[in-house]
Amino acid sequence: MLQLRNESAAEDAVQETLVAAIQGAAGFAGQSSLRTWLVGILKHKIIDQIRRASRERPLSEVLTGDDGDAGDFDALFAADGHWAEPPADWGNPDQALQQERFFEALERCLQGLPKKTGQAFTMREILGLETTEICKELRISPSNCWVMLYRARMSLRLCLEQTGFSPAANTER
Amino acid sequence: MRLKLNCKQTSRLLSEAQDRRLSLFERVTLRVHLGVCVACMQFSRQLEFLRAAMRAYPGPDTSQTEEKNTR
Repeated sequence: MLQLRNESAAEDAVQETLVAAIQGAAGFAGQSSLRTWLVGILKHKIIDQIRRASRERPLSEVLTGDDGDAGDFDALFAADGHWAEPPADWGNPDQALQQERFFEALERCLQGLPKKTGQAFTMREILGLETTEICKELRISPSNCWVMLYRARMSLRLCLEQTGFSPAANTER
Repeated sequence: MRLKLNCKQTSRLLSEAQDRRLSLFERVTLRVHLGVCVACMQFSRQLEFLRAAMRAYPGPDTSQTEEKNTR
């Protein structure tokens, strides 16, 4: 599971979900579908794991960590702040999103993000959490969180363009 | 904050617009810049693309499991 970075952590989360589900079975009154209910528990378990992992984070990663500023994208801009290379036309998402190849590229790019940046981004975009919640879980300030999400998006768009994802080529025919 | 944004500042604001409600002033300066800058408009579309892609992202496991999703 992407958010958790390693398989055993993901298995633990699923296991904890099932245990919690069995323990809380009485609480499932049938207002929601079983799937929605289980996914709800799983989300909380994933967040628990991310929280634990960030507490166990080794010091070296705190120092070299990925919560710095956005300055490393300066190279993408000219001195006057204009794009050095204007962003490409990616065309209509609907087309690309039908291609399995696109998601393979996306996955590789997501895995290439620094750990905490990837966690913040998946919490925001997959789990749909608000930044206030993400700040709390990762124990960073809101502005740090926004910078991190900015870095994630900038990295992903660069990575997608570099890994040969060129939707414009598809729209041309 | 200045009245005129450059592309770098615009890219930051466009990203933050996905995560928080921008102030009226921020929205106005953003709109002014986007009105004259094709590159930033394109970047804005890329951000929307990324968001749509993450919404549709089936998760890392699906490619290995089954191919029943192909319609």
